[in-house]
Amino acid sequence: MKLLVLIKQVPDSTTNIKIRPDGEDIDRAGVKMVVNPFDEFAIELAVQLREKRSDVESITALTVGPASAAEALRTALAIGADDGIHLQDDAFAKLDELQTAALIAAAVKNQGYDLIIRGKQEIDLDSGQLGPALAEALDLPHVGAVTALDIAADGESLKANRRIEGADEIVECAIPALLTIEKGLVEPRYPSLPNLMKAKKKPVKTMTAGDVSGYADAVAKVGGTEIHKLAPPPQRPPGRILTGDPAEAAAELVRLLREEAKVI
Amino acid sequence: MTNDILIFAEQRDGKLHSGVAQTITPARELAAKTGGQVVAVVIGDGIDAAVDAVKNAGVDRIISITSGDLKLYSALRFRSALAAAIQKVDPKIVLAPATFMGRDLLPRVAMRLGAGLATDVTELSFSGNGALDVVRPVYNGKAFCHVNFPAGKLAMASVRVNTFAAAAGEAKASVDAMSDAGGAGDDRIKTTEVARTGGGVKDVTEADIVVSGGRSLKSEDNFNQLIYPLAGALDAAVGASRAACDAGYQPHSRQVGLTGKTVTPKLYIACGISGAIQHLAGMRGSKCIVAINTDAEAPIYKIADYGIVDDLFKVVPALTEAVKKLNA
Repeated sequence: MKLLVLIKQVPDSTTNIKIRPDGEDIDRAGVKMVVNPFDEFAIELAVQLREKRSDVESITALTVGPASAAEALRTALAIGADDGIHLQDDAFAKLDELQTAALIAAAVKNQGYDLIIRGKQEIDLDSGQLGPALAEALDLPHVGAVTALDIAADGESLKANRRIEGADEIVECAIPALLTIEKGLVEPRYPSLPNLMKAKKKPVKTMTAGDVSGYADAVAKVGGTEIHKLAPPPQRPPGRILTGDPAEAAAELVRLLREEAKVI
Repeated sequence: MTNDILIFAEQRDGKLHSGVAQTITPARELAAKTGGQVVAVVIGDGIDAAVDAVKNAGVDRIISITSGDLKLYSALRFRSALAAAIQKVDPKIVLAPATFMGRDLLPRVAMRLGAGLATDVTELSFSGNGALDVVRPVYNGKAFCHVNFPAGKLAMASVRVNTFAAAAGEAKASVDAMSDAGGAGDDRIKTTEVARTGGGVKDVTEADIVVSGGRSLKSEDNFNQLIYPLAGALDAAVGASRAACDAGYQPHSRQVGLTGKTVTPKLYIACGISGAIQHLAGMRGSKCIVAINTDAEAPIYKIADYGIVDDLFKVVPALTEAVKKLNA
């Protein structure tokens, strides 16, 4: 089985976001960048599959991003991927998520990947479009937001639980397939120092737009949305602190929720 | 391309998702500008009740696609059915509630039809060139951005639940059954079962009111003694912070936050939650926020509408009593 893990480098969730004066992007200077936490689950899952099964031939990690995204690939290699693909070109920076999916599809089609694994969403743009869109572009079935997974011994099919509102959908899916991973399926490990050193020697193939055949056509067909005018969230009016003993404060709160906020 | 606005009217077990009537509200505003109709598409098996519900929300036309193969959600079959309906109607814009199904389905359909797509939007309008312009949260709600769609291409968007009031109107829509939607034979994905989780208690993503507890609850037992009775009195779901889930007080399926669930209820009551960035990412879109925490400097108070700076072990039972008195 050939596994492909898609990862994205994103600002650390605890970082403060400063918006550039022109509102076209965030100020990226000094922002700590990490592997998208949901993609860490994807890498971990791939490594656990290799540990549990005898038929995992290779784990490839792929990212689309600037030169600095190589750091995220190195993390994936240190956790256990064998090699990396870095799609890196100034032209890629303007692609929206559907176009990025079209780019990745053009780069990996006919490479014989049996399972493509990705986090269920990225914590920067928060859209979760890439996984299902890539599955569509490659004509693969997909299971999104997987919380439990059982791959058949013959590697021909899988059974997965997928989280929905207040329930799990239990899904049978043919392989090859694409999975997006929800929290709770696996607990990601930290790369050890020796493995971080070894990761530096693992091969990473860098591909530009010119190296991806059919790139321009694939990207022109879909998407094309543009992000503009970033702004901080609307200010909430200052809250009201209710005082008095707990019974008084609670009674006043209930009155305000009913009469002022009208939510109960 | 027509001037119509098409809505994916999500249903499960014949029950229309509450986000559908909400999504019809901006759809009607957009249709008033384009001069087109609002057309709802209902996909499934045994969907009469859902079709009636979407009719009562006041759409102009309904397309129903029914088949035994569409009883449970399958990304491939639903993608084929929805794509076929979109091709038939040829609308300017496609909207759906931003649910687990909507988020899973729309990227596939957009990719198949060469559309543009924005997820989880909170405002919709037209820019100067007549293309759709939407607003959506990014960076865990720490910022909002505009997404401009390219002119002349189909535009698709999922709409954040509990952002718009539910629409209601005259039940005048005609219903066209569409049979040949294709994709029915694709068996590569089969949903065999939908298993309820959480022991029949409401899920945080389904509830209008969420009562959440943090690590200062100190035990699962205290959740049962304090948080669940308040949630019961309010007909609310129970949520928890990451710290409370990691400590084992509640299952991860109840976690609200960055790596948990994102909720936008009418009312969010945070009990003993300080408001770490990770938690705020999952609930800052709530309409009304109440904080109960002994630390007056806790970040949760920066976004709370009402706060009681006191011990939750005293305040929460008092609040439960006050709600019960109100309901009596």
